[in-house]
Amino acid sequence: MTYLDFEKPIQDLEGELVKLKEVSSKSKVDLADKIKELEQHIADKTKELYENLSAWQRVQVSRHPERPYTLAYIDHVSNKTFIELHGDRTVADDKAMVGGFGELDGQTVMFIGQQKGINTKMRQIRRFGMANPEGYRKALRLMKLAEKFNKPIITFIDTPGAYPGLEAEERGQGEAIARNLLEMAQLKVPVICIIIGEGASGGALGIGIGDRVLMLENSWYSVISPENCSTILWRTWAQKEKAAEALKLTAADMSKNGLVDGVIPEPLGGAHRNHTEIFETVKQVIKKHLAELGKISPQERINQRIEKFSAMGVVHDMDA
Amino acid sequence: MGWFKRLKEGITTSTKEKKETPEGLWYKCPSCKKIHTAADHANNKYVCQECGYHERIGSKEYFEIIFDNNQFTELHENLVSGDPLDFSDTKKYTDRLTDTIKKTGLKDALRSAYGTVNGQDLVVCCMDFNFIGGSMGSVVGEKIARSIDFCLKTKSPLLVISKSGGARMMEAAFSLMQMAKTSAKLSQLAQAGIPYISLLTDPTTGGVTASYAMLGDLNIAEPGSLIGFAGPRVVKETIGKDLPKGFQTAEFVLEHGFLDKIVPRTELKLQLGNLLRMLKS
Ligand SMILES: [Zn+2]
Repeated sequence: MTYLDFEKPIQDLEGELVKLKEVSSKSKVDLADKIKELEQHIADKTKELYENLSAWQRVQVSRHPERPYTLAYIDHVSNKTFIELHGDRTVADDKAMVGGFGELDGQTVMFIGQQKGINTKMRQIRRFGMANPEGYRKALRLMKLAEKFNKPIITFIDTPGAYPGLEAEERGQGEAIARNLLEMAQLKVPVICIIIGEGASGGALGIGIGDRVLMLENSWYSVISPENCSTILWRTWAQKEKAAEALKLTAADMSKNGLVDGVIPEPLGGAHRNHTEIFETVKQVIKKHLAELGKISPQERINQRIEKFSAMGVVHDMDA
Repeated sequence: MGWFKRLKEGITTSTKEKKETPEGLWYKCPSCKKIHTAADHANNKYVCQECGYHERIGSKEYFEIIFDNNQFTELHENLVSGDPLDFSDTKKYTDRLTDTIKKTGLKDALRSAYGTVNGQDLVVCCMDFNFIGGSMGSVVGEKIARSIDFCLKTKSPLLVISKSGGARMMEAAFSLMQMAKTSAKLSQLAQAGIPYISLLTDPTTGGVTASYAMLGDLNIAEPGSLIGFAGPRVVKETIGKDLPKGFQTAEFVLEHGFLDKIVPRTELKLQLGNLLRMLKS
């Protein structure tokens, strides 16, 4: 288990717990009550810490190395029926973006998402979840495929941004993202987007135009990362905590501001502490929303989707 | 405003007064260093007659260049930005807005107007780089969205002139969602079969490139404009070496297949008129 800096109190207590269990097993002294008491104490402490996380601490949780990534969610939600489909049919197969069909309790669904690597080698290959234009174009190809066969689309968003490389620019990163925004607005099938970790900028939005846009409790979503925001506004990385607060990037703030449709609660102490629980929660949330969206006609869904995004923004009309 | 007043006065005032306001009379090209009279420079659409360098201009100049007889009706001109996040960096966002409005005489980074171009109806949304770096906030998105509704109602084609550093940090996710909003609205324009021309000028980067600027039925650009998604400095940091010459220029973007055409500003009106005529149903 990797502990974040602010989790020090939990780390210490869990260290004590390990020792206590060791003593208990070696000495045959019955410490069951003491262990139970300490476990309760750890749970209370975790609850206390996690209920009062600052925006920056949530950003840290969203990047926790043991936090589950897209393919892990897809595997569980589809009960391992997922068939990954590759390539944009033009340039390449982008490993930072994955997608394919799977069955959700018998219903065929198109799953798409940014994928971060699970080890050093894979992190390089998947470019830390930063897609190239062909990643966005693969995503669009798969969305069109889903639309053709009338299958709903689920996207999992987890990216520090679109890849800012030389070839990405040559191959039209801006155009690729823009095209997805326009095309997703008109998709005839239900679209559910879930921010499971990091939702940075246009790179996240590029697969984020949905009938429902939901955020996990400890994910973040904004126009820029707190570090880059700090660099631009204060000319230093040091103000990242302040920037995280100012950006109002947490699930709670994004929901309060009407920029996402809901927050998915995580297990106590974050999704990384209980994968099975978060997978199951996400699965049930998807099922609930798919059932609701299935009752609306395709044109009405498109209208509502466009109206929802059109209503975002705060302007004052001085004529009024 | 000030610039044009000075210019017109400059042409008719006496030698003595001219000496007092030399900055209003002469234009020195930052590219070739040649000096032209301000009047000649304006007549040439603010393009250097010597080397073709395109000076950055704002909505006022573009409207004058594009609309017949400089006649147009401005749309939604009194929209100003709110401060939904109560944002403050080195300065409160509300103060920054108030100061910028006072300094520029603009309400935000985009103005919208309709009129005719060589007799063809056109709605023009034009960005102003002077206003917080042409950044895209709620007002920019809302004006484009409302202008698209106007186009849908009147069946007028749309031209958006982009000139922007990208998102407006002080509106954070509200700014991000303007990409979604404008692109979704453009999908309605596309469904209705109404032409949309995107003109990319120097600079067009970030979220503007990744939304409406790249979504034209026709994407055209001014020569030499910086056009890209990630800024050149960021790309340089990513690849860890110097960028190739001409990287992210309009010519580079054309060569890679993302622009239909590069149109010098001096030919803009003529070509727009021709394109609009050919696209007419
Ligand atoms: Zn020159």
